[in-house]
Amino acid sequence: METYGDLVAAEDVLLFVNAAITGTGQREFHGGAAEQQLSLEFLHEYMLINYRGPYAAALALDINDHNAALIVRRLLETSRDATAEQRHAEGRLIARRLELLPPKRAYRLIGELRRAKVNNRRTRAIVRDWLAARPDQTLDAVKYRAGLKRALRHTHLRPAAVETGDFLYAPRRRGAYQAPLLDTWRRAHHQQSALYELPYTVAEGFARRHGIPRAAFLERIEPRLTGLERLRLQESARAAGATAVTADGAALARMPLTRLASYVLGLPPADRVARRTELTGALRGAARRAVRAAGAEEGGWGRVAAVLDDSWSAYGSGVKRRRPLAAALACHFLLAALAGEYTALWTSGRTDALLARPSGPTPLGRRILDALDTAPQRLVIVSDGWDNAPPGLAAEVLRVWRTRLDPEHRTSIVHLNPVYDAEGFDVRRLAPTVPTAGLRDAEDLPALVEFARFAEGRTDLAELTAHLAARTESFLAAGATGRRPGAEETVR
Amino acid sequence: MTTTPSGPAFRLDLAGLDTRPAQVWGGVRLVPLVRAEPIEDLRLHQELYEPEYAAVPVGRRTDYLAYVPHGFVADWAQDGTPAAAYGTRLDAPSAIGATAPPERIRVRAPRRLAKRESRTRLRFLPLHLALEGYLALHFGGPTIAWEEWSDRAVRHGLSPRAEEAYAGDRVRGLADALRVFEIHPGQCGLVVYVADALAAAFVVPHPDDYRALHRTLLLDLYGELIHHYALLSAAVPDFRADLRMAGPVNSLSELRAAVAGQERAWTDFHDDTMAGGLLDPDYRAREVRRLGRFRLARFLPEFRPKQENHIGEAITDEHGRLAYLKTFRLSESQVRRGHLLERLAAHQWHLPSAAASLGLTEPQLGLRIEGAGFASLLRQDVLDRYRRAALRY
Repeated sequence: METYGDLVAAEDVLLFVNAAITGTGQREFHGGAAEQQLSLEFLHEYMLINYRGPYAAALALDINDHNAALIVRRLLETSRDATAEQRHAEGRLIARRLELLPPKRAYRLIGELRRAKVNNRRTRAIVRDWLAARPDQTLDAVKYRAGLKRALRHTHLRPAAVETGDFLYAPRRRGAYQAPLLDTWRRAHHQQSALYELPYTVAEGFARRHGIPRAAFLERIEPRLTGLERLRLQESARAAGATAVTADGAALARMPLTRLASYVLGLPPADRVARRTELTGALRGAARRAVRAAGAEEGGWGRVAAVLDDSWSAYGSGVKRRRPLAAALACHFLLAALAGEYTALWTSGRTDALLARPSGPTPLGRRILDALDTAPQRLVIVSDGWDNAPPGLAAEVLRVWRTRLDPEHRTSIVHLNPVYDAEGFDVRRLAPTVPTAGLRDAEDLPALVEFARFAEGRTDLAELTAHLAARTESFLAAGATGRRPGAEETVR
Repeated sequence: MTTTPSGPAFRLDLAGLDTRPAQVWGGVRLVPLVRAEPIEDLRLHQELYEPEYAAVPVGRRTDYLAYVPHGFVADWAQDGTPAAAYGTRLDAPSAIGATAPPERIRVRAPRRLAKRESRTRLRFLPLHLALEGYLALHFGGPTIAWEEWSDRAVRHGLSPRAEEAYAGDRVRGLADALRVFEIHPGQCGLVVYVADALAAAFVVPHPDDYRALHRTLLLDLYGELIHHYALLSAAVPDFRADLRMAGPVNSLSELRAAVAGQERAWTDFHDDTMAGGLLDPDYRAREVRRLGRFRLARFLPEFRPKQENHIGEAITDEHGRLAYLKTFRLSESQVRRGHLLERLAAHQWHLPSAAASLGLTEPQLGLRIEGAGFASLLRQDVLDRYRRAALRY
């Protein structure tokens, strides 16, 4: 029996999941950072107090790392309010999620727990288990020195080796270290050649200290770069005059789809044209891998039309540069792989996806009409929801389509929104008749489209709870078998 | 100097410019104007001035002092061929990679409000032509030395004449609204509404010029009215499309027709109703300079109290088509001042007949002159007599 309270609960949970997928507390096109953080803080507080179970279960969904860290912190801060059963369930979820977090985020989270003076038994146990599961504490000691030190201090743990303890707390006590990495770190203080055996982020500081020119440093540290570091650095390295740092085709082929899309959009248009075959190939390959990873079938979605937003607001902001556009571009390639027959419609009217750039207004209503003209089985709209040419036309077109032209739901329509709207505590919706879901990585698209059905019409709380439970199960089960393929690698 | 606006009455006409849907941010509504065919043979671009104040000598021992954040430079071609924006250089392909920025002419203190810089280039200070036109309205003072006017009024006219305005960045919400505004392809103009009061209209010849000059709307001047409206207004609602009035829709093509109808409805509503205060009244233009087939003119309204009144400057081509437009909305007290001066001038500054034409008694008109800030024009004893008379009534 559905009660009014159940409906509200289901809507609140959906709203929170959308926020947790998209909100990062950073500046967006339409809103400032402070506004975003305030809005997210409120949502977390509200969820924690009213729906603690679903709040913890959100860790099992594809929410972003920022919100995952916030959830973990709040759950640990309020251990006292949880029942024994809840604590058990939360503990497993937290442990699994911590494994997936990039180590720097996990260490920062522990630092925040220290600042908040959260040091209950549960917290200590969780941090202990996480530290024990780290593959190489010596590497962590060098690469995340302050973080590891803080974590050990906070939880009163002993380092795995006595030497590591000395390294962290009294580095000058020893003349030499047995562990090669620690000893390299010691030598790098006075011996320039030693710093090239350190991880890049550590070596960078030493290079500065020794006054090594940037270009020379980049040339020699090149073999130690991780894939992402190489990608991030190659443009600035070329400007500095270091030619060795290049992301080869093999590196591109390993990249996750959305990250690759971001990378492509960061290239100047002339480069994109010159490397068209290579980039398109890499994007298509990444999309195919994402489809396989999601357990979907290539070409299994039939006739698909997509309306993709490349208006000026897709630029995002200085801190999330071209993020909404990258999400749209990644969705474009993923949908092309999923669809049997695919039509892409960019709001600007351009047809060459590889040369996408944010510009112009957002005539979503017109584009949706064009998309519906192709009589698709599925229509996917990727947009930040600021429909402004004219405002509200998309909502009207979708309403008329649903109520008058397609009441029997021949076309399934879903709106994916990569941008959190701080004012509305949710992603912006286009129309009440069309489900809207937050979008982080295009790779999650098949799961999101499934999840979005909850947002269509009346939401059934029982069904939603069952879905969350199932996701939690599979999330924890995956932890037993191995790491998520997309998880970040620390060293090469 | 007396610059009484002359020339025939004319109306502003946005022909050739299509109105597109407005974008709203807080209390600011921005309406883009799109040109189907850009004007290629007249180009505008911006010059930024570093000194904070500019002094322009306008006569012997007379300077026009102004805060001039930027100036515009108009380039035109004699024979109708496309003109390049100043600063464009033709280079051998090998030199394109070189990063030296194009040289710019530095203007320290502008010599004239509108100055010809070369045979086909004119520099002018945006809005200042219009404002100067307003400030200089009947600047000479009484044309006949009736006994009521003070010595000073007869000798020096209205000098010094001052008006206040706010820079765009002091208008709350305007900066954000311009930042999040999504420029339409082919856009050549913008109409700015603050709390749904028409604050300014801005039109340029070419979309590229508009793209470059979009941010300069923040450097422009806005009247007191607009500043206060922005400060006090709540967010204005969007005009959302509504297909419920279109009747039953049974196919996609009917839906498409309904959508087109909505777009037309907005255009008509904007041009007839929202911009009516700018487009309907008559203006008196005064030509400032000819630029090839174009002419630069400033215009003044007829100063109708309690209504919208805009002053501005425009460049029109030989068919009267707008190539450039910039307007400034006068606030209510500025309109009253303009109206008063017009009435006085129309009656050769003869107070009794001017009062009769306004339906006032002479003392009432005297006090109105004082209220408008022109007390120094009247002789002190005359003003005192008016005050006493007003007390008696």
